[in-house]
Amino acid sequence: MKTFALAWRMLARDWRAGELRVLAAALVVAVASVTSVGFFADRVSRALVRDAHQLLGADLVLVSDHPWQPAMAQEIARLGLERATAVTFISMAQTGAGETARGQLAGVKAVSENYPLRGKLRVAPAPNAPDAPAASGPARGTVWIEERLVTSLDAPVGSNLQLGASRFQVAAVITLEPERGANFFNIAPRLIMHADDVAATRLVQPGSRVWYYLYAAGARDGVAALESWALSRLARGQRVDNLESGRPEVRAAIDRAERFLGLTALLAAILAGVAIALATRRYVERHLDGCAVMRCLGATQARLLALHGLEFSYLGAAACALGCLAGIGAQTAIAAALGEVLRADLPAPTVLPALQGFLVGLVLLLGFALPPLAQLKNVPAVRVIRRESGAPKGGAIAAYAAGLAVLAGLLVWQAGDVRMGAFVVGGFAAAVLGFAVIAWGALRLAASAPVARRLSGGSIALRYGLANLRRHARGNAVQVASLALGLTAMLLLSFTRNDLVDAWRRSAPPDAANRFLLGVQPEQLAPVREFFGAHRIDVPDLYPMVRGRFAALNGRQVQEGDFGEERARRLVEREFNLSFSEQPPAHNVVSAGRWFSPGAREISVEEGIAHTLGWKLGDELTFTVGSESFSARLGSLRKLRWDSMKVNFFVIAPPRLLQGFPASYISAFRLEPGAEKAMNELTARFPNLTIVDVGAAVKQAQGVIDQVITAVQYVFLFALGAGLLVLYSALVATEDERRREAAVMRVHGASRRQVTGSQRVEFLAMGLLAGLLATIGAAAIGQLLARRVFELDLPPSPELWIAGPLAGVLLLSLNAWLSARKVLTASPALTLRETV
Amino acid sequence: MRDIDLEVRAGEALAIVGASGSGKSTLLAILAGLDTPTRGSVTLDGTDLFALDEDARAALRGRTVGFVFQSFQLLPALTALENVMLPLELAGRADAEDAARAILARVGLAERLGHYPKHLSGGEQQRVALARAFVVRPTLLLADEPTGSLDAASGESVIELIFELNRSYGTTLVMVTHDEPLAQRCARVVRLAAGRIAQTK
Repeated sequence: MKTFALAWRMLARDWRAGELRVLAAALVVAVASVTSVGFFADRVSRALVRDAHQLLGADLVLVSDHPWQPAMAQEIARLGLERATAVTFISMAQTGAGETARGQLAGVKAVSENYPLRGKLRVAPAPNAPDAPAASGPARGTVWIEERLVTSLDAPVGSNLQLGASRFQVAAVITLEPERGANFFNIAPRLIMHADDVAATRLVQPGSRVWYYLYAAGARDGVAALESWALSRLARGQRVDNLESGRPEVRAAIDRAERFLGLTALLAAILAGVAIALATRRYVERHLDGCAVMRCLGATQARLLALHGLEFSYLGAAACALGCLAGIGAQTAIAAALGEVLRADLPAPTVLPALQGFLVGLVLLLGFALPPLAQLKNVPAVRVIRRESGAPKGGAIAAYAAGLAVLAGLLVWQAGDVRMGAFVVGGFAAAVLGFAVIAWGALRLAASAPVARRLSGGSIALRYGLANLRRHARGNAVQVASLALGLTAMLLLSFTRNDLVDAWRRSAPPDAANRFLLGVQPEQLAPVREFFGAHRIDVPDLYPMVRGRFAALNGRQVQEGDFGEERARRLVEREFNLSFSEQPPAHNVVSAGRWFSPGAREISVEEGIAHTLGWKLGDELTFTVGSESFSARLGSLRKLRWDSMKVNFFVIAPPRLLQGFPASYISAFRLEPGAEKAMNELTARFPNLTIVDVGAAVKQAQGVIDQVITAVQYVFLFALGAGLLVLYSALVATEDERRREAAVMRVHGASRRQVTGSQRVEFLAMGLLAGLLATIGAAAIGQLLARRVFELDLPPSPELWIAGPLAGVLLLSLNAWLSARKVLTASPALTLRETV
Repeated sequence: MRDIDLEVRAGEALAIVGASGSGKSTLLAILAGLDTPTRGSVTLDGTDLFALDEDARAALRGRTVGFVFQSFQLLPALTALENVMLPLELAGRADAEDAARAILARVGLAERLGHYPKHLSGGEQQRVALARAFVVRPTLLLADEPTGSLDAASGESVIELIFELNRSYGTTLVMVTHDEPLAQRCARVVRLAAGRIAQTK
């Protein structure tokens, strides 16, 4: 009991004397950053997922090829979820009569009034006119149609069209339908009508090919419950769509954001650990004498350990609590600031991140403060008489290894991603070790007698500075390594982060394609290109497309029933878009196997679809095109960027293999505002062409990415704070000793210039070294992250290589100047008395 | 160190003198049980110091031995009062503060209780150290060059204080010094040279 009370008093005294402030600040920042990153990541990622559901039209979509059993709708109601319905089918829409009659197959979608539950339909009064969100679906007796139908049916807003047995008035042009993902060219142009008008058209008969949709939205738990309930009761021909299956390009952006956020939390935690280790090291160094005295005064080793362990535990608990509060406060402030960007209210925070932050703080403290503290008890009591019987040695590395192991486990848990956690922790450990070894070697070399003689010439300052480097080689190496670490984090968070974010933005650039052009015939290639040139629109790449059906795998006929997965069955049912090219498309990456040589009977396949359909490298695949078929070996797998807004193909073959089959060409291009009229001319001149306006969909996807990027940038600030703390801790780590040395030099009559000069040499060398190491570290980690985690291309940054070393030198020069000023303005006696 | 055979009686004042490197401090460290000799034994109040382990020696020190050092060895984060309270607190005494106040008043620092060591003069620091040494009422006071870091005047007043406290508490005093006049004030002077006792007076 007495030990508890005494430890408490020791804490109060150390605190009052300012001994624990850096340590406490490190803890508070660590917990605050981990907590707020946790809070924020948790809330933002939930908000992002919710926003993204607008692209699905609901939180969950149930699809069936026959009417849904009533139980499903009842279950949606029972779970307190909102429900909307739709049926889709293909039908001929007609206008005019007799000579002027026109017909076009339309993808009809009949929706309930409250469709969509998430997001909005957007409509315009005329093609290429400004659009606006629609409050509800089309009114009874009216239809909304896509631009393609307006053109092909010559059915402007206000005109009538015939659908089955009913006539409808065209009320608006659809510019955005939430659900319409990247697969729009497989669907006939959209026509949306009211669900209650379907019966009167008499188009839905037994045996008609109709899809029935049930949309559900509401509380997360309810949606999750519905998903598992529905999944267990799906009949043949029924499936559940969620974000993963519905909008892969948006899912990719969110995944990337979650990785960014998780990584930031990791970084903040690691940096905080380093800051804590440094601050504790300083505490221990300053308390060795005190502990020796306490040993003299009768304290046992166990008592010393208990006292300090308790003191730090009290401090840890207080700092963690404060950090949690600060984290909650900070994330609330940021959420408020981001409210506009996120456009939606963030979901309420959960308590988990606070627990996580608290735990992280305690583990950091125990892992990084306890090992050096444990050394305190080993201080020889005789140190009170003979100061040189210095600090207890050995065991430090083993002790830190334990701390690092605990932290590693924690980080991997926090990252929730073993691969990324291992990457970061491994990279970090390697960097620390590498930094320390290189720094030690370089300092020893620079200060070795022959080099020093040559370098210093006759200058006393230089000679002392270099001698200092050598004398402190071990301590300096630790300081340089920690400085380099702090700087690495700062560089990573400033330069590399910007580069990464730029690279990310470039992956969906503002000049991304906003129109798709379909159905160009081979003989139209030249005139179409000419048309674009004449209208000063960048001539787009036109890709050949052959439609074929997957018929056999390794000679065995494929049937729908071969596949358990609904997506696989759907893929097999419909035709593939096959393309041919000698070169792989620039925006694709071959991830396995080798790109085919022009003469080979080989094809290249997107890796996702190969996985879904169970295709392996070396498999023999047979496709039928019309009445003919061809076979080829699967030679390579490709990775596609679904958010690139470029034309992508699942299957690409060498030209020789597909040239005999009927092909049309497709393209994606950007149409600048104001050039829309040219498109009307284009379709007038080549009536068989179809132009699809995906501008709204692109904008929507870019909106999500922009939000994500903004959120990520804010979260980075916390890791930045932790990085600053590491820098500060590293800088003050050797301050006591340096001040003492400077005072001794002053006592012995060294001039101001000699004192600052010798320190300047030392600091300059260390700053340069730390800056260089940090630059190399930041560049390497940036590349690793870009390639392995974010799958982006990161061009090397010249600014980084200038700023890194410069920052190291400036930082240490500033520190040298500040600490020299402290020494030079105080009397040497006072300095010596304080630091003895 | 070799052939050291030394007996100090209760209440006696003994000075250990000798040139630098003669082994004075080592002898003191061994007497205190801070350092262990390769061979030989030290008996304190009938207890063989080196039959105990390090922690038991620490406990014994806490009960019976007071220390005064050349470099004062006050804890920089503690005020004068807290420095004096520390040994009592470590012993779990509830009256730590009252006892510390009383003895600080006795060494003339009643007005400086809340000052940190860095704001005290050398003489004041050593008086705080003396108060800390005597506050546990030790039977043995070990002093290592107690005036070594002080100017003549402060040194003089600290010496007076040591002998005064020594008398009134009946403490045994073992003092290492190279200050001859100071040594002469002790009842017995042991002179060391090259690790051996060269002379006893």
